[in-house]
Amino acid sequence: MALLEVEDLAVTFARRGQRAVHAVDGVSFSVDAGEVVGLVGESGCGKSVTSLAIMGLLPKQPGLRVGGKAVFDGTDLLQLDDRSRRDIRGRDIAMIFQDPLSSLNPVIPIGLQVTEVLTRHRGMKGETAAKEAAALLDRVGIPDPKRRLKEYPHQLSGGMRQRALIAMAVACQPRLLIADEPTTALDVTIQAQILELLKELVRDSGTALLMITHDLGVVAGMCDTVNVLYGGRVVETARRRPLFRQPRHPYTVGLLGSVPRLDAGRGEKLNPIPGSVRDLLPWPDGCAFAPRCSRRIDECVGEPPELVQAYDGRSYRCVNPEPVPGTVPAPREEESA
Amino acid sequence: MSERSERTENDVLVEVRDLKVHFPIKRGVLFDRVVGQVKAVDGVDLSIARGKTYGLVGESGCGKSTLGRALLQLTPPTAGEVSFDGVELTTLPPGKLRGMRRRMQMIFQDPMSSLDPRQNVESILTEGLQTHGIGADRTDRRRIIGETLDAVGLPRWALSRYPHEFSGGQRQRIGIARALVLGPELIVADEPVSALDVSIQAQVVNLLDELQDSLGLTYLVIAHDLAVVRHISDTVGVMYLGALVEEAPSDRLYNEPLHPYTRALMSAVPVPDPDVEDRRERILLAGDLPSPANPPSGCRFHTRCPWAQPTRCADERPVLREIGGSRVACHFAEQIASGELRPHGVSAQIVRPEGEGDAPGVVSAPTEPGSYV
Repeated sequence: MALLEVEDLAVTFARRGQRAVHAVDGVSFSVDAGEVVGLVGESGCGKSVTSLAIMGLLPKQPGLRVGGKAVFDGTDLLQLDDRSRRDIRGRDIAMIFQDPLSSLNPVIPIGLQVTEVLTRHRGMKGETAAKEAAALLDRVGIPDPKRRLKEYPHQLSGGMRQRALIAMAVACQPRLLIADEPTTALDVTIQAQILELLKELVRDSGTALLMITHDLGVVAGMCDTVNVLYGGRVVETARRRPLFRQPRHPYTVGLLGSVPRLDAGRGEKLNPIPGSVRDLLPWPDGCAFAPRCSRRIDECVGEPPELVQAYDGRSYRCVNPEPVPGTVPAPREEESA
Repeated sequence: MSERSERTENDVLVEVRDLKVHFPIKRGVLFDRVVGQVKAVDGVDLSIARGKTYGLVGESGCGKSTLGRALLQLTPPTAGEVSFDGVELTTLPPGKLRGMRRRMQMIFQDPMSSLDPRQNVESILTEGLQTHGIGADRTDRRRIIGETLDAVGLPRWALSRYPHEFSGGQRQRIGIARALVLGPELIVADEPVSALDVSIQAQVVNLLDELQDSLGLTYLVIAHDLAVVRHISDTVGVMYLGALVEEAPSDRLYNEPLHPYTRALMSAVPVPDPDVEDRRERILLAGDLPSPANPPSGCRFHTRCPWAQPTRCADERPVLREIGGSRVACHFAEQIASGELRPHGVSAQIVRPEGEGDAPGVVSAPTEPGSYV
């Protein structure tokens, strides 16, 4: 039984006089305990909205409709009332956001922001909470943690702020950590530090990690299972190695062909996907990727493509997938790093 | 690139010598007093060959954008020389400089904020032509603009549209068209693809490559993404805190990085291949980039360098020197390359974003890497 089972999650934003926007249009995936799962896609594919919907953080506004299920450890998060959801949030599921400066309160010292979590969920007070907070900052590699507790977010660098945010997220040893583009706002060398820290935390504590990112390189280094999103749906799911070695969905193929690789030679042509993310076919009318797809056939338009289950936990949503060259022996089950 | 003509092999278009750009740090409400200098660019020498691409990489705050702007005289340099096709730009009178601008153009990171939202594409493209008096009349200008649109892959109907009606990738094409329409020789592209999605990024990278092949353009590409820079550049320069620490042909830099910072940077870039990711050895740098207002003494990298030595590194600033085709600013490059020196642990030092305890500055770096639209 998976720790988090998202089924047919749909998020629609409707505004009067305008067509409803289906930001997430039937996303299904699961996260097992202790597993690192990636949600990859370009801007507008619905990856962030998915995570916000799971956490119940979407702004309550008329016209917002959330459908489907997000079952965490037996309870459907989408059906919970605010109070019980708040109990789970921060204790069992925690989240790290892209921009650490806007997710920290600028007028409250770091220490208070960390102890707040400890007081709310672990009932710690005063001295004990402060001690634990210092230990947490130390755990995430912030030098001189006692002094840092009294400081304000603007006094820390971007990387340190992200570390502080991670400290708050892991304060209650959550069973699931959701990281939404945790390193996108950071420089590469700092990104490497933060990714290493996340890997270490996951390895040591057995926390499951849902990693939301646009960077295929980050996914390749971290995730056990990868879900590729396009137009609000998962178009391909596979274990990390098979996905990169042999992508089946044309969109995954296109993404991999678009990324300039550090280890490729100068002048090797990139193979971009033509068109832009805006050229989207609504899913009910066929495959959303069809307008940009190089393997498009007549069957792609009319009916939405079914999810095809392949071997080894791989599934893809495509009627004309990238062929498997020759007869390929079933890939070995990947050893977990 | 083999297609590119051989005759231009040693033809230097841009030559930068000992370029410095220092910004004063001012305090006080009524009376400004200068309390320090941010040495954004502090002594850079580089030359760009005609028809080639020079890539400049570095993290935020290393001065790469300032260098690009100073090269075009958009930010007046504090000291140093910039010669463009034999003409010294730093001493050129403003009128003459304006004439030179036709030959050197810039592409910016965020096309949404660098294109006027109230101007349609035709007006954006015509403005430059009129300023520089290119094209005999309206029809002639229309012809030039039409050709440029074809070159960047935009349809003709784009002319009557406004920037907000386009997607990010198309907007960047408009930005490129605006630079190209004047027929420049040098294009300085500051983070040309970092605001774009990966699939669109590749389209723009390929477009820049094609335009270089067909028009013989010279590029200075400034980016934080080493993979992108390596992909499009013939020569790559790596900057750290206002100075070049290494410069080498693109392939050589990848195969044989000599400077410890280049090695760390290289090992930090994620590669979309699980096999490579699992095998590679990561050099994790401790701490953050020191403040350019108060750079470390000696070698500026010594506070974070895993190979730093007690001698020389802290008190003697290394200069770029030639080692087997690369130029490296490191006292111990040979010993590190041969494995004679081994990396050691470095403890992170706290780096203040804007000086101890100050409110965050309103001025941020011109381009933040990874700002994802």
